[in-house]
Amino acid sequence: MNEPRIRFENIAKRYGALTVLDNPDIPCNGKVMNEPMVRFENVTKRYGALTVLNELNLSIARNEKVCIIGPSGSGKTTVLRMLMTLERINGGVIWVDGEPLTHVQKGDRMVLASDRHLRRVRGKIGMVFQHFNLFPHMTALQNCMEAPVSVLGLPKKDAEARAAELLDMVGLSDKKNHFPIQLSGGQKQRVAIARALAMRPKVMLFDEVTSALDPELIGEVLSVIRTLGAEHDLTMLMVTHQMGFAKEFSDRVCFFYDGKIIEQGPPDQLLGNPQNERTRQFLSAVLEAK
Amino acid sequence: MSIWDWSYVWEALPYLSRGAIVTVQATVLGFAIALVLGLVFALIRQSPNRYVSTAVTEIVEFIRSTPLLLQVFFVYFVGPQFGIVIPAWTAGIGVLGIHYAAYCSEVYRAGILAVEEGQWEACTALNLSRQRTWRAIILPQAIPPIVPGLGNYFVGMFKETPILAAIAILEMLQQAKNFGAEHYRYTEAIIMAGFFFLVFSLVASATVQSISLWLNRRYHLQ
Repeated sequence: MNEPRIRFENIAKRYGALTVLDNPDIPCNGKVMNEPMVRFENVTKRYGALTVLNELNLSIARNEKVCIIGPSGSGKTTVLRMLMTLERINGGVIWVDGEPLTHVQKGDRMVLASDRHLRRVRGKIGMVFQHFNLFPHMTALQNCMEAPVSVLGLPKKDAEARAAELLDMVGLSDKKNHFPIQLSGGQKQRVAIARALAMRPKVMLFDEVTSALDPELIGEVLSVIRTLGAEHDLTMLMVTHQMGFAKEFSDRVCFFYDGKIIEQGPPDQLLGNPQNERTRQFLSAVLEAK
Repeated sequence: MSIWDWSYVWEALPYLSRGAIVTVQATVLGFAIALVLGLVFALIRQSPNRYVSTAVTEIVEFIRSTPLLLQVFFVYFVGPQFGIVIPAWTAGIGVLGIHYAAYCSEVYRAGILAVEEGQWEACTALNLSRQRTWRAIILPQAIPPIVPGLGNYFVGMFKETPILAAIAILEMLQQAKNFGAEHYRYTEAIIMAGFFFLVFSLVASATVQSISLWLNRRYHLQ
């Protein structure tokens, strides 16, 4: 209705050969609005001679829910692990919330980020693992309180209230004083989700979170994720083999093959009417297994 | 002359009890050093700095590969030639502690390496500091399972304290030997010393066992 206070008009920014901004047209009132939440820019990951990801480009908008599917060894888990800084990247830049995660600007060059920088930026990201990785010597409640107290400096009472609220949200308020060993797989995974959320991340990563669960426990975890997506402003990136869930839940599905995104699009289109031969083969193999 | 004479037993008792106190003190103090320094060695070996971790690995290897007696002699007899004069008691306990620290560091290391990789990853994902990761997450999981291993070295060190006699520390076995030499009668004193070693070792093992059980239960590990 009224003229924005700031307007970016066809701004481009390059660092050497690396294009960081390419003519965005951004009207805003002090805050860049259409900057993607997460952006992989020509990201390459190698283990020795093996290239796992080859010049990956992927942008994820704020609050977008993206599912990553693909055969094992296609690099899909590596995408999440690089974003969580569990893996160093060999080339390119990863951006989170408008600033580089893996690099910092020095003059007009990008240099590899220090641990301090990594720590600051990855505070915006939370991750849930295939094998839960709960701390076995702490109760469900303590698992959810540890990081808010020791990292964010929250007073114990506030951290406990926050943890209790989150455990309630994942339906485990009666299990808060249980240790991981006393919980089922599905319950452990729900504690792990609560634990990640306690840090108030902007981006949540789910790495095959139902793959280690017995079939009858998968539903309870997926329903928590579904609620989360519906009720919270969260950007979600999910590696999954649950095609049904991907279809109903995500805004976009990316099919990875051999370190590249071969095909991506809205779930109905990619899962219902895939264009690429490899995608078709993968999907029919997955459906065959069901 | 009978094989066993109780009057010698009563006469030897004050000697042996004086020696037993020295032996127990040396074991407890030496092992305290070994526990702390062993952990320090193990932590430094995990340092991301290659030079630092390699240096400590080599030091540990060196300590483990030379005899304890030689190390005691080196500190007590060679040291003074370079102006480093350390009292026998300090030198003895210090060397005992450092020697066993090298062994304990291997035990700690095994415990640390047995903690699942996923625990480290969870700490990164939750943004815990390195220090907090070690203190609150890794060590509480690494140490309870290795308590029996550390306990073995505790008993082992106890049984090696007679080496301190070589630098004129009157521990129990030396007291027994002196008593024998004074009275031309070794049987009772040596057997009593042996009996004390046996009892202390058994008690120590049982204590270690219960500490281990308690820790595993306390931290809900299996």
